[in-house]
Formats: sequence, C-alpha cells, structure tokens
Amino acid sequence: MDRLMSLCVPSLDLRKHRSLIASLEIQSCYLLSEHSCLASGFGSIHFVLLVSRQGKVRLTKWYSPYTQKERSKVIRELSGVILNRGPKLCNFVEWRGYKVVYKRYASLYFCMCIDAEDNELEVLEIIHHYVEILDRYFGSVCELDLIFNFHKAYYILDELLIAGEIQESSKKTVARIISAQDQMVEAAKEEAGSISYIIAQAS
Amino acid sequence: MEQLKTIGRELAMGSQGGFGQSKEFLDLVKSIGEARSKAEEDRIVLSEIDILKRKLLEPDIPKRKMKEYIIRLVYIEMLGHDASFGYIHAVKMTHDDNLLLKRTGYLAVTLFLNEDHDLIILIVNTIQKDLRSDNYLVVCAALNAICRLINEETIPAVLPQDLVSSFVSILKQVTERRLPKSYDYHQMPAPFIQIKLLKIMALLGSGDKSASEIMYMVLGDLFRKCDSSTNIGNAILYECIRSISCIIPSPKLLEAAADAISKFLKSDSHNLKYMGIDGLGRLIKISPDIAEQHQLAVIDCLEDPDDTLKRKTFELLYKMTKSSNVEVIVDRMIDYMISINDNHYKTEIASRCVELAEQFAPSNQWFIQIMNKVFEHAGDLVNIKVAHNLMRLIAEGFGEDDDDADSKLRLSAVESYLQIMSEPKLPSLFLQVISWVLGEYGTADGKYSASYISGKLCDVADAYSSDETVKGYAVSALMKIYAFEIASGRKVDVLPECQSLIEELLASHSTDLQQRAYELQALLALDARAVESILPLDASCEDIEVDKDLSFLNGYIQQAIESGAQPYISERERSGMLETTDYHSQDHHEVPSHALRFEAYERPKPSSLPTQASTELVPVPEPSYYSEAHQPISTSSVSERESSEIKLRLDGVKQKWGRPSYQSSTSASSTPPQAANGTSSHPDVGVGSSSLKPRSSYESKKPEIDPEKQRLAASLFGGSSSSRSDRKSSSGGHKPAKGTASKPPKENPIPVQPPPDLLDFGEPTATGVTATDPFKELEGLMDSSSQDGGSTDVMGVLYSDAAPVTTTTSVDSLLSELSDSSKGNPGTYQSQTSKGPNSKEALEKDALVRQMGVNPTSQNPTLFKDLLG
Repeated sequence: MDRLMSLCVPSLDLRKHRSLIASLEIQSCYLLSEHSCLASGFGSIHFVLLVSRQGKVRLTKWYSPYTQKERSKVIRELSGVILNRGPKLCNFVEWRGYKVVYKRYASLYFCMCIDAEDNELEVLEIIHHYVEILDRYFGSVCELDLIFNFHKAYYILDELLIAGEIQESSKKTVARIISAQDQMVEAAKEEAGSISYIIAQAS
Repeated sequence: MEQLKTIGRELAMGSQGGFGQSKEFLDLVKSIGEARSKAEEDRIVLSEIDILKRKLLEPDIPKRKMKEYIIRLVYIEMLGHDASFGYIHAVKMTHDDNLLLKRTGYLAVTLFLNEDHDLIILIVNTIQKDLRSDNYLVVCAALNAICRLINEETIPAVLPQDLVSSFVSILKQVTERRLPKSYDYHQMPAPFIQIKLLKIMALLGSGDKSASEIMYMVLGDLFRKCDSSTNIGNAILYECIRSISCIIPSPKLLEAAADAISKFLKSDSHNLKYMGIDGLGRLIKISPDIAEQHQLAVIDCLEDPDDTLKRKTFELLYKMTKSSNVEVIVDRMIDYMISINDNHYKTEIASRCVELAEQFAPSNQWFIQIMNKVFEHAGDLVNIKVAHNLMRLIAEGFGEDDDDADSKLRLSAVESYLQIMSEPKLPSLFLQVISWVLGEYGTADGKYSASYISGKLCDVADAYSSDETVKGYAVSALMKIYAFEIASGRKVDVLPECQSLIEELLASHSTDLQQRAYELQALLALDARAVESILPLDASCEDIEVDKDLSFLNGYIQQAIESGAQPYISERERSGMLETTDYHSQDHHEVPSHALRFEAYERPKPSSLPTQASTELVPVPEPSYYSEAHQPISTSSVSERESSEIKLRLDGVKQKWGRPSYQSSTSASSTPPQAANGTSSHPDVGVGSSSLKPRSSYESKKPEIDPEKQRLAASLFGGSSSSRSDRKSSSGGHKPAKGTASKPPKENPIPVQPPPDLLDFGEPTATGVTATDPFKELEGLMDSSSQDGGSTDVMGVLYSDAAPVTTTTSVDSLLSELSDSSKGNPGTYQSQTSKGPNSKEALEKDALVRQMGVNPTSQNPTLFKDLLG
C-alpha cells in the first residue's frame, strides 16, 4: 500500500496510474468480502441501454445475468417508463428495487441500471463521459453513427466499463486504445487481402 | 494448387492464433472445435489428459513448454474435466520471475483453485512478494489472484496494516491534483476514484471512532473544495454526505453536510432535489432536527408531479415517522398507493403503511380504518400475517379490561365491513378477514340479525365462488353465526340461499369445504348445550387445551384391557431401550443420551432475559418446552434488577400494536426523539400531533405561508411552524444574516395564495424559472432586495438567505444545457466548441441514409448540435 501511495506523485506514468486504479478496485473487493452486508452499496452497473425516442434499441450491454426473455421484458418496460417522462423531471427512475439513470441526447436515451444504494449523479456523469468519448471518436456523433458503427460503440463501451464497473476514466487513453485497435483491424484486412490475392493468382 | 491452399490456411492460422504454440496444441483446439458430439469431444480430451500426465512427469521441462502445458490444462478444465494432477505446476509457475510465465501461472491458479484449496498456502508467500514488486503488471496479477483465492482467514497476510490512513492519504493526493491531468473530468481531478475512495471510507469508518477521526480532515477539505456548480462536483458532495452518515461524524462535518443538503434542496434541478431528499433521509438518523428547517422543501417534493421525487420523499417520511405525525404520513401514503399501478412499489408502500400503523397507531379505530384501506386497494399484495394481526387485534381489543370499548371497536369494524362488502372485486385476503370478523362478531351486538349477516356471507361465497379459501372462511363464519343463535336459545331458520350453498358444498371437490359443510350440517342438528360447548361465544382468544396424553381415554383403555386386549407398548420400549424409560418419563423433551441432540444449546443468561421480557410483553401462551431448567429462581431477581434496562432495549424491537404494554412503551420510546427535535419544548406540540382539527387556530396564529402547506408541515414535523422562525434566528449564527431585516414584510403577504395551484409544473417554463407559480406572483409583493436574487427559490424566499441563489441558477444552466432543451450554453464545453457541429456532414450522412432506405429517427441527427447551439 505504501508503495502504491508512492506512485501518487506528479511525475506518475499513466500506466502506473492504471495499477493504482486497479488496486483500488481490488481493495474494495476485499472490503466487500468482509462487509458483505454492505455489499449492495458497492453495486455496479447492471446493464446499459440505448433507446431512440421511437423506442428502437440502439445498443444493449448486460453486466448481470438476464435471460433473453427477461431482456426483452426489461427493454419493453423501461422504454415505456423512460420515454414517457417529462423533460424537467429527475433523470432517475426507481424500477423493481433498482434505479435506472437515464439521459437524453437529441433523439437518443442513454440508460444505465444501478442498485438502489448507488450514486446516481456519478452514473449520470459516466453516461456523459461515454457520450463525450463517442463524440470525440466520431466527430459530433449522431444516432446514425451508432447505427452504422454499432460495433465501435460497443468497443468504446468495453474500454470504459468492465463487468459494470468504470475501468478507464481517461478520455485520452480510451482514444489511444481504440485507434490502436482500428490500426490492427486495418493491418489484418490488408494481410487477408494479400493472401487471397496470392491464392487467386495461383489458381 | 492444393498445397498452396494449405500454405494459405496455415499462414492465416499463424496470424490469428499462433502465439508460439506448438502444432500439437493447435490441432487439439481444432479437433475439439470440429468434434461432432460430446462423446467425441470427451474422447479427445481424455486422450489429451493422458498425454499431459505423461509429459508433466518428464524431467527438466523447458519453461516455455511448461507454459503451454498449463494452458492446455486450463483448456481441459474449461471443458469440464479434471486437471488436478497439474495444479501444482501452475502454482510453481507463479513463483517464476518471468512476467509472462508468472501471469500465466496466476491465471491458471485463479481458474483452477478456490479459496479453500490446500494449495493456496503455497501461493500466499508469492502474492506477498509480488505485491511489493516495482512492476505494476506483477502487482495487478497478484491482486487479481487475491480477489479469487484469498479467504477471510488468509486476508490478514496480504492486507496492508493501516488501510484507513492509506486511503485517506490517497484521497488527499487525488484532491490535491497529484494525478495526471488526463484523469480530470470537467476540471475535477479523477472524480470517479474520489467517489470510490469515499465509499471505501464509509465502510471502514462505520462504527469506528478512531478511523473516522482520521477522515475528518479530508472530508472537510472536500466540502470546501467541491464545486457545486457542476454535476460531478455534486456527485462527490453527495458521496461525502453518504460517507458522513456512515462514519461517526464530527459536529462540524455534520453541519457541512447539512449545508450541502440544503443547497441541493434549494436547487431548481429535480436531480439535486432528489439527492437532497436522499441525503436528508441519511442524516436524519444522526441529527433528527435537520429535516425541520427544510419542511417546506420536503412538502414541495412530496407534491411534485415527478414520481421519482415523490417516492423518494415518501421514503424520507417513512424514516421520520413518529406517533405525532403518523396519521398524516400514512394517509398520504395510502392516497399515493391508491393512485399508482406499479405493483412492485404498491407492495412496498403497502407494507410500509402497515408497519407504521402497527408501530404508531394512535387509536384502534384508526388502525382498522387504515388496514381496511390497505386491504381494499392492495390486498393481494400484502403478507397474510398482516391479516392475522388485524383479526387478532379485533379479537383482543385494547387488551385492557374494558369490554365496552372492545365491543365498540368490534361494532365499528363490523359496520365498516358491511359497508365495504358491497363493493365489487375485493381482494381475497380482505374477504377472509371480513368473513372471520362477521362470523365472530356480526351478531354479537344485537344490532344486526343473524339472517342479515348470514345472507351477506352467502353473497360473499357466491360472488367469489372460485376462491376456496374465502368460501371456507364464509362457511365457518356461517357456522359460528348459527351456533351463537342456537346457544342463545333462538330458533334458527336457514335462509334458502344458505341451504343451497351448504348443499352445493356437501358435494364439493375440495375436501376442506366438504368437511366444513358437513360440520355445519351436523351442528344445526345439535341442542343448545352441545353447541355452546363446541363454539362458545367470543372465545377466539381462549387457549384451547389439548390433552396430549389423551388421559380422557383412560377409562376406555381400562375397559379394553379388562376385556383382554394387549396393553400398548411404546415404540421405544418395543425397540428394547427399556433402560431409558425412567429418564423419559421425567423429561419428555430429552433425547436418549447416546443419540444426537437436536435441540439448540441453552441460551446464555443475558440473552435469555429479553426473551422473557418480550414474552411478558406479548403473552403468547407459554409453550411447554420452556423447561424448568430455563427458569432458575435467580432469573426473576435478575430480571427485576434489570427491568429498566429491558424496557430500554425493547425500544429497538419491533412491537406489535394493540397490547397494553405497548401504549406505555410507545410513549416512552417516542418522547426522546421529540425532545431531540426541539419540539417538546414547544408550546404547540399538542397542536401538531392532533394534526387536523386545529386548522383555524393555525391560520390565525401564523398566517404568513399557505395555510394548507403549513398545516401539512406542522403535522409532519411536529408543529414546528413557529419554531421555524426561532430556528432561523438560531441558525443565523452560521449563515449570513443578510435578510433578517427584510423578513417581516416578506412573510406577511403569503397567505393570499390559494393552496391547490401550488403544483402547477405543467408548462415548461424557461430556464431558471421552474418554481411554483404562486411564488412567482409573490415576487411582486416582496421587497426588491430578495427579488434580484432570483427568488424563484422557495427556500430563498422564505429564509432570505441570498447565498444559495446564485449557485442554484448556475447549476440549473448546466443541467438544462445537458438536457435536450435547445437553449445551449456554449461556454461550458470548451472541449467541444472547437469542433462544433458539422451540419454539412450531418446532411451528407442523412442523404446517404435516405439513399440506403433507412429513415433516421430524428429530424436533427447530430447529437451535439442541440447542445452546442
């Protein structure tokens, strides 16, 4: 622990910082096992849902086990509740003992389901953080970007959240990793192209 | 050609998955992937197990090879087979210095072992060493392993000693911006980590005074530093409030938290109000008087059209219910319960109503009324125990020897039920209660005739013919009615519809109903004396004595033995355990000494005391298994000595309502919070507790605020409306006393407002003016000093604290900008303004989509266009 603290200096390397964050996550895991009665206070995000104003689902990510049936039921129920809410009301909905934090960006509703004991304002900021990263990646993101490049939206979400916990809070880092990923995809495409070219040549 | 294709495939394979793995391994994966049946897969895996067992026995396996073997073992486990023969190699690999090998080892052990496995002991040392490593990858690997492999016993070995000051110091450094800038979020240093740390501190500091004290500094700093104009700043503030409510706080911190909460509540943002209400609910446990200064804000939230906010406020009210305000709160809850359709929440709020009513009911009549409402509107959702409690209450009455009051209570219950019964579609549970009460007390008072009540009961049985439980209750009630009639010597004429009901039930498929019907029929044929001994009047509370030894049959047995029957030999004697017979006759509840003891150990002395006390409180018939050993003579003296202590303890215990001892204990238990509230010193406590009647006296006395609301506030918060002004002057110590001079003129014009219009949130007004209309009108009536502060804020008006007004407006501007409203505030997003919306690009995208035949769901596809203006 002292060593971890010594990491906390201005000249800290980014990657080292990751370990600090990781270790904090894990420390909290310990505490959980000790204070299991309070575990609900450490609940994470159960699922992420993007729904358009018309009720079309644009992205779903489930971090807790739900059967296919439950999933469609959840989506149906929640979009009914959330789409019908007025503009000036809370961004939170209490739903089956959980809370759903949602936020509307133009025509899209971003929803995240959390435990009743979680910090709603924090989750609201996680949503905003995600939207900012999407916006930075796509360059003024719109619903169509998420329709055509849905896989990218998922990749970015996976960089941000793992198992329903926020994992990387630096926009820069996420951007760097995603662009590295894009380059790898490009490289693989090229390679595959050249192999099929060789085969085509030979035959 | 064929060759070329294979080369191509292998090239592709190499680029995909060949991380230096041998061809053997790739073939294994491939063949498993291509296996057509589970049997085939098993065959492949079993042969792989054989191969690996052999290979692992070889001496001097190169490390790289070993790594591959371990991965193959993981593969085997993954497919559901046992690879325990290789676990030890994985454990050994965690000791390796090479990072790749070490991480492979850790990965394998976390997958192979559980926290109780014997091999864990071999890993703990390595983990300790790795936690001290300079390489963060090594540390992470060790930490990951800890999550999976370390149980409660081994935690101390890897847990740093002084967690609290470590976390506090990390948090301190984070707030001092010692982390790289890239983790800032809206100018807030690493807020997500801060929140996580605060959560951890709440856990570590709960109930630990010295740990809490270490946290005071950093928490106080956070309150000072946090920028309450951004959402993320408020998120951290809220987390601080939560931490403070968990740890043992200092008065200064409590004050800071209360200030933050009042800022939340005064905000125009619904989100922040919600957080404020939540925070209030947390702090109210520690300092109960905090809610008082926010009473009007709370009432506004309660009447808000936003369901989420309303529910949160009900949660707060539930937490602050006491005997003085229970009537108002429960009435409100029931009104709300009736208005909603969400069964999940309906159940919750119904059970809360019941709980509060049981705990704080001011009178039996009220309790019965509340229960009727709950049953009527949520009867299918409440626990059956609630129904049983209600029946017991009606049967036992006040518990005092006041038969008159009891019979009044019963009559009022019967009357209310006869009235409700005519309504269509009542919940089954409610009908059961109604049937039981009518059967037991329907004719007791002489007001209603037996034929009237029995007719009603038949109607119930007819109308709910598919519900067997209700029918059973109805038939039993009929039986009781008739029995009472017969016993009192009157002639019973069974109504034709009752007759047909009985006949129908005699042939019922339900054996239970059939039996009840036959019993009823048999009872009708008996004489008065027999009937009275079967079903005596008002005897539902009498204990039924059951003679377990069946001694009344002794004569019969004697007769049988005399006429030559074999005497009964008990099962124990038959199995040849004669030697224990004496022992058994002494104590029926001891099991033979050599057999297992199924009874719990005797309780330690101190904990047996409350048990006794509680039995005193609710005299459930003492079960015979309270053996003599349990009640030594000393106990009574001890309990006498500690009787005061026992009473104190009972305050925390949930007490069933309606017992004599309850009345006294409520008054005892409810007085201290009142005193703490500062209301007991107040002259109009009585006014507040008897909520409804003294309306007029209230209006005349304190006419400055809307009387409706004030009345509600008074009844909720214990008649504190006049104490509010007292409070104001007292709290003025830590607030700028700027507005005190302008107070009187502002308070006076308020009663002009009619109450019902306060809730007009309907029209979406422009940013910043979301407060209720009446108060907008009030602005004109007030002096200018409060107007210029943006006095849309209710509390701002009432308390004339100019300070929070500026913050609320700026909060509102940010939030409104984030929502979909088209009024943007470009200043807040430096990061995005540079980019701006590219409408040309958006149009191009739009055109492309239309070409492709997809209709965009929005007229304005650019998400951020709205926001950036």
